[in-house]
Amino acid sequence: MRVTLWGTRGSLASPGPETVGYGGNTACVEVRGADGAVIILDAGTGLRRLGATLAGRDGRIDILLSHLHVDHIQGLGFFAPLFEPGREVHVWGPPSTTMDLRARLARYLSPPLFPVPIRELPSDLTLHDVPFSRFEVQGIEVSAGLVCHPGPTVGYRLREGRWTLAYLPDHEPALGDRHYPAPPDWLSGYAIARGADILVHDAQYTDEEYASRIGWGHSTLTQAVQFATVAEVKRLVTFHHDPDHTDDMLDRLSGGLARQELPFEFSPGWEGETFELGEGSRSGV
Amino acid sequence: MGATREPPAQKEVEVILTRHLASYLAMPVFVVDPQGNLLYYNEPAEALLGHRYQESGELTAEEWSTIWEARTAEGQPLPPEELPLMVALNKRQPSHRHMRITGLDGAVRNIEVTAFPLEGQGGRHLGAVAVFWETPA
Repeated sequence: MRVTLWGTRGSLASPGPETVGYGGNTACVEVRGADGAVIILDAGTGLRRLGATLAGRDGRIDILLSHLHVDHIQGLGFFAPLFEPGREVHVWGPPSTTMDLRARLARYLSPPLFPVPIRELPSDLTLHDVPFSRFEVQGIEVSAGLVCHPGPTVGYRLREGRWTLAYLPDHEPALGDRHYPAPPDWLSGYAIARGADILVHDAQYTDEEYASRIGWGHSTLTQAVQFATVAEVKRLVTFHHDPDHTDDMLDRLSGGLARQELPFEFSPGWEGETFELGEGSRSGV
Repeated sequence: MGATREPPAQKEVEVILTRHLASYLAMPVFVVDPQGNLLYYNEPAEALLGHRYQESGELTAEEWSTIWEARTAEGQPLPPEELPLMVALNKRQPSHRHMRITGLDGAVRNIEVTAFPLEGQGGRHLGAVAVFWETPA
């Protein structure tokens, strides 16, 4: 399984010289299976560049949406394979009690927000409500679980062989918890992250910023580290960087952490970073 | 070689958030799973139960339901299946009633109980919640 980060920014795309190191595109992660499976986690603005590498080829593509906030779906309208006649694309998203996934995505993929209605896309597009039981996508075992974030939001756990990737891009497990981190059975996201080889996790805020953003659905770097410790992951990759956090600031924040003794490998995710999970490989290469 | 211990199963996020909410409220709140096991009760509920959550942890349905003697407002014995929490759990519908309970301390309390099921997206029955109000006799 190869994992590539195409967008690591949270909330709003933030290109510019001050963010060129970690990247300005919003959430998008490519997962390639050993047999060539193509699974994409979230469709933020990073999806556009990824789509260019997949255009003009054969093969099914599955996009797993964690939720439908705009920074996680904005890339859909610029994803080249969706405009290829007959290209098989499956989009999965958390269920809603009021509208199906097509109706909810159509709010964005329709005028006046977008010129091309979803029904006019020429690709062979299938939309799925994510099941809460384990399911399989292109030979990769997927588990989805609702997590603490405003509106229906899921985290994903992908497993191929004995390798596991956990993806919790927007997650506030500390919300309302007087004694965070809670024990594992009372910790949002634990079932998704437990023992993962790589955990990609929200770390949008500093401790100081969080004080005025409680309930917005995101974690601090400190909270992400505490969560990863309880979940006993092997590597934490922080994600969903705040649009106002420059490369210098992220270096400073993560540098302080890197000097601490942590029970897992740690790095702040950057656009273009690739991790290999498999026999004979090591993560973070 | 030591035996490996299976980590505890994580509660559903709706249950976790319900607990967090209850921990901030001033009225007694119980949260039970689909089997009726008491997953959480807040500090105001500790006085009714005669247990502290931090000490007892979760209680099975048998453990918590026999702590009280429950009666109707008229003083008739109240079968367990007619407790609002059990109605919410088993019939998956909200329930409310005025009743009397006698707790471990022997005190008779008149209470109003409102219970409602926790129904998650995707048709998941997650348990039920009961909220208690002590009322004048």
